[in-house]
Amino acid sequence: MARQETDKDVGARPHVMQRLLDNPFLLVFLGVTMPTVLYLIWGIMEITQIPLAPS
Amino acid sequence: MASIAVPGRQVAEERFRTCPDTGLEVHAKAETLIRVNVLTAVVFLAVGGLFGLLIALTRWQAIHLLPAEWFYLLLTAHGAAVLIFWIMFFEVALFYFTSAVVLNSRLATPMIAWVAYVMMLVGALVATVAVLQGNSSVMFTSYPPLQAAPHFYLGLILFAVGMLLTCFIFLGTLVVAKDEGTYEGSIPLATFGGLTGAIIMIFTLASGAIILIPTYLWSLGIISTIDPLTYKLVWWGLGHSSQQVNVTLQVVVWYTIAALVLGARPLSEKVSRTAFLLYILFLQLASAHHLLVEPGLSSAWKIFNTSYAMYLAVLGSMIHGMSVPGAVEAAQRRLGHTKGIFGWLREAPWGNPAFAGMFLSLVLFGFLGGISGVILGTEQINILMHNTLYVPGHFHATVVCGTTLAFMAMTYLLIPIFFQRDLAFPKMAKWQPYVFGAGAAGISLFMMGAGTLGVARRHWDITFTDALISFDYPATAFFMLGLNGLSALVAAAGGVMYVVVVFGSVFAGKRRTAAEAKSNPIAPGAVALRTYGSEGTLKLPGTIVLVSVFFIAFALYYFINWRFLAGIWTMS
Ligand code: HEM
Ligand SMILES: [Cu+2]
Repeated sequence: MARQETDKDVGARPHVMQRLLDNPFLLVFLGVTMPTVLYLIWGIMEITQIPLAPS
Repeated sequence: MASIAVPGRQVAEERFRTCPDTGLEVHAKAETLIRVNVLTAVVFLAVGGLFGLLIALTRWQAIHLLPAEWFYLLLTAHGAAVLIFWIMFFEVALFYFTSAVVLNSRLATPMIAWVAYVMMLVGALVATVAVLQGNSSVMFTSYPPLQAAPHFYLGLILFAVGMLLTCFIFLGTLVVAKDEGTYEGSIPLATFGGLTGAIIMIFTLASGAIILIPTYLWSLGIISTIDPLTYKLVWWGLGHSSQQVNVTLQVVVWYTIAALVLGARPLSEKVSRTAFLLYILFLQLASAHHLLVEPGLSSAWKIFNTSYAMYLAVLGSMIHGMSVPGAVEAAQRRLGHTKGIFGWLREAPWGNPAFAGMFLSLVLFGFLGGISGVILGTEQINILMHNTLYVPGHFHATVVCGTTLAFMAMTYLLIPIFFQRDLAFPKMAKWQPYVFGAGAAGISLFMMGAGTLGVARRHWDITFTDALISFDYPATAFFMLGLNGLSALVAAAGGVMYVVVVFGSVFAGKRRTAAEAKSNPIAPGAVALRTYGSEGTLKLPGTIVLVSVFFIAFALYYFINWRFLAGIWTMS
């Protein structure tokens, strides 16, 4: 039979990692902030620093 | 179909039935929504697939079916209908399935789910009509300064807002299920995967809104310009991340089918969840691989977002790619198929289209889509294939061989479970994954082959008739395009088989009774889907061999491409 495991048998206060995985809204926050900062904001900062061509 | 009120429910007036196949308590309103979203998805696949066939027959130079205007028009319509509408309507059904159904819960705010559905449907129709009217052949990427008719963007925005609502309904259902205590402990892996998909989808749609709303205003003349590089940057937050939602939900489907059909559990729940966490944190950053050749963005930005972050996400995929066959092997061995290294695989239920489609999706996605994706995502070797047919070759391996085939396989379980019908034309259903898989693998490989020879993507005529400056492609390139056309016919045949089986079953399939579900079970392993738990074994010689073969193929191909690159500049 497959082994059953739940976070309950780990003890009263589950591991940090388990608490993170059990917290959907924290995950939403991380999953949206990471790419917003590292991809979008960083990328847009670089684009705004491109000097304009002299007209 | 008996509807029962589940005792102890706070919301007593909600109707539930106990699914005789899975034992799940199915919320009537969630069920109707799942049905409607699945069928809508299939209609868009049928239409978009037809467009795909027509453009493939155009690129087959000996046939060269469509005139240029129609080629670009239908190429735009194809991308939108299949990549966006087919896949996303199906994903809505998967969101409702992995939240409400798997958690035995009611769906949060079914009324809003209907509003979302209507918005998505109207948006999809408006955008499609805009393309078919002929003034919006901007490809589904719609890079400015190409400009489409305003209602093209408006349709897409409407669709995206509807889709965003479904993500919130997913999150709301998690809250409802927890409050009403419909499950214990941690959410099952399928639900966690659904959550991962919903999170990535939120970022995806936010990026889409940030860029498409100004673009819409620009098409109306309210804004004077849209900066092309900024557009590309933000648009790929949508364009790439949405593909990552597809990967995520396709992985969810793999685990789900393995669980339902064989009772397979992940090798380790914790490891599989951690792999999904890698997706949540890193997958979306790899959007940068679409901008690898853009001047104006630094190498630091490119390399951080592709190399470092992307490889962490690829690691997540490799964990899943190992865990799913591993789970199948462990379950098969548990069920007594223990002969030799590959006895479990030989004796797998290959005649069950859900299983066959799932396993083909897994293998083709890994070998064709995964490996070519890493090649394209590596800054240095990307340039070998940039903007050639290699790119559509790669993403037909991911999104057609991988996601579409997985979703087709899932449909073969959704029909008995949610429509309570047996599959009509079971023989046809049995062959469908193989026919479609072969055709899809063909179009992927032959487009990659043509791309390796330099054939451009989105190009109507590589003979350059009437062009001032011409170019002679090698005869092999034409041959590849011909093979691509033949494969397209095979894939289209597989697509037609799918559509016939789905509509045949839904409207004329034999009703599935509780007695039938007992005598001919389609989801004997449903407990594995509903609960948290692991196989907890690593005695998996077959999987280890498969994974080793994968790594060797990967390393060789990666090395060959670097050699290829080195050969371009001869240094002496
Ligand atoms: C019968 C099945 C299919 C066939 C024969 C087919 C064939 C093709 C061909 C020949 C192209 C044009 C490549 C070029 O000239 O640049 C193309 C583009 C594309 N296909 Fe498919 N395809 C099929 C199914 C699908 C599915 C199921 C999806 C998505 C789930 C998909 C997504 C796309 C996308 C996104 C493009 C790119 C459009 C663009 O460049 O703007 N295709 N397909
Ligand atoms: Cu991408």
